[in-house]
Amino acid sequence: MVELLRKLTEARGVSGNEDEVRDIIKGEISPLVDKVYTDGIGNLIAYKKGKSPDNKKRIMLCAHMDEVGFIITSISENGMLKFRPVGGIDPRILISKRVHIGKNRIPGVLGIKAIHLQEPNERKNAVKVEQMYIDIGANSKEEAAKLVKLGDYAIFDSKMVEFGENKIKAKALDDRVGCAVLIEVLKEEYEYDVYACFTVQEEVGLRGAGVAAYHVEPDIAMVVEGTTCSDVSGVDEHMYSTIMGSGPAITIMDGSSISNKKLVDMLKALGDAKGIPYQLKKGTTGGNDAGMIHTSKEGVATCVVSVPCRYIHSPSSVMDKSDFKNTIELVKEFVKGCE
Amino acid sequence: MKDLLKKLTETYGPSGNEEEIRRVIEEEMHEYVDEIDIDVMGNLIAYKKGNGQGKKVMLSAHMDQIGLIVTHIDDNGFLRFSNVGGISVLNTINGRVIFKNGIMGTVSYEEEIENIKDIKLNRMYIDIGASDREEATEKVSIGDVAVYYSPLAESNGRYIGGAMDNRAGCALLIKTIKELKDCKNDAYFVFTVQEEVGLRGAKTSAYAINPDVGIAVDVTSTGDTPKARTMAVKLGAGPAIKVKDGSVICHPKVKDLMIDRAEDIDIPYQIEVLEWGGTDAGAIHLTREGIPSGAVSIPCRYVHSANEMVDEKDLENGVKLLVKILENEIEL
Repeated sequence: MVELLRKLTEARGVSGNEDEVRDIIKGEISPLVDKVYTDGIGNLIAYKKGKSPDNKKRIMLCAHMDEVGFIITSISENGMLKFRPVGGIDPRILISKRVHIGKNRIPGVLGIKAIHLQEPNERKNAVKVEQMYIDIGANSKEEAAKLVKLGDYAIFDSKMVEFGENKIKAKALDDRVGCAVLIEVLKEEYEYDVYACFTVQEEVGLRGAGVAAYHVEPDIAMVVEGTTCSDVSGVDEHMYSTIMGSGPAITIMDGSSISNKKLVDMLKALGDAKGIPYQLKKGTTGGNDAGMIHTSKEGVATCVVSVPCRYIHSPSSVMDKSDFKNTIELVKEFVKGCE
Repeated sequence: MKDLLKKLTETYGPSGNEEEIRRVIEEEMHEYVDEIDIDVMGNLIAYKKGNGQGKKVMLSAHMDQIGLIVTHIDDNGFLRFSNVGGISVLNTINGRVIFKNGIMGTVSYEEEIENIKDIKLNRMYIDIGASDREEATEKVSIGDVAVYYSPLAESNGRYIGGAMDNRAGCALLIKTIKELKDCKNDAYFVFTVQEEVGLRGAKTSAYAINPDVGIAVDVTSTGDTPKARTMAVKLGAGPAIKVKDGSVICHPKVKDLMIDRAEDIDIPYQIEVLEWGGTDAGAIHLTREGIPSGAVSIPCRYVHSANEMVDEKDLENGVKLLVKILENEIEL
């Protein structure tokens, strides 16, 4: 399971450029499902037929493949690259981070004017993306243009690492951990038809999920996410959105959806009955694919389960392996429970 | 009207928790319609058959109200909360709130805050009188939602209460259902869920019904209070026919039709241009291939506070207008 997570998190897949991740997932799940295909917008949809001969219900499981990253917007005369973020990234975390650009993974580093060259007011204010550039070691525009094209995507250069007590550090845990959960869940057989949808462009506006739900027309849907975890110093306890190691987080409400109450109750009951720890997500901000799925067509009963991840949208997000394992168990029980 | 409004505004039903208000509405009007359905999202859809020659009309009034969702219970039994819909700090401080199970609370904020501008919802709490976490968790769980506690009051032909947004609209639809006699058009009265968090119920119900025309019935702001934001809508000057708001530009033919019908029956009406906000019409008009949509609005002061004010005459005239629209041919 850890190796799967390594492969998935180290792959490049900024929103709109999910091919590499999609190929990995396709390879993993093809032997496990009855049909797998890519739709018009790039979602990977896997259909696993249920065992029950007279089953009519369709269950959609959803995890997004894309991650936040950068897109190259211009090359300066001195060979430095200007860029824009793709998805929500806090600019303050960017300085001196290493990145990989394009298919050939051209290495670069995010640079900014040195502190002794900054005006006093520049030092006081948080840096803006516009002040930064990517340095790929090129001496001129011509040299840089041989390696990088406008529109190339960049990802954080970040290897997955196991550390501490059962912890994993990696980029893109939001939402490759959800993809990994779905892959593991597909290894079992179920009564009802399952559609596992690995969606594109969640980070730029839940775009893939709307298309996938429109096509699949599920009766029940579950989104599996890597969500924020703020159980850290300097935060009041009532502001913790989730707590690491306390099990999968069940969402009651966030900015994009209110989870179906019956499904939330079912998840809690399953957790209690099967001895799977779980927690209720406290924050109500943010959004995910559920926002598009639950209002698709005539409406879909939808819920969200997440693996708590600290420092999401950074090169070093952190999760606990036990949360990962328990999320897999809870999702499996959920799919069985829908029977 | 008063009894109905009292019943509707005092019934619990924040976004996502519309079960009770849905039951009350269903009880009120089920004898007067041909069919009733509750969909996956929880929308209540009442169908009244036309004479077979008219249009398929969807009338939508959202039944949800804004609320306070419990996110954390601390050691001393105080509840931290977040907003469900447009809850503002100012309208909430020192107000009373009530949970589904009848538990009451008062809302306060961390006392060390000196400047009122620094008060954010996440620095406020609900006090339900519990002395510790254990006592509090016996009564309330994380995810439970409280609403403003506000019994209906009447003053000078005007009603003051909570959740006028949009139980006043629900009252209008219920009255319309009851008073419709010779309905030319196929009417779908939809009491929608989750409007306050993003017009979500209207989106799915409009998709399912696929109407020829959509009409949202909701409250709107007024510009008639001291130093109010400029807006040419007054309390008591008649139902407002919407031209636009932040979510929709009403179909001109639907708008004109509403004006013609109001002229036909000689009721006062006003034209509404709302520079902000939105209503179910915003979701309905973009459904499928596009649905000509408009809105009849009830002028309402102090929207999203515990004490919203509407005028009896505006409600009565709103019913007359809706009945007239449905009993006549709709040509677009």
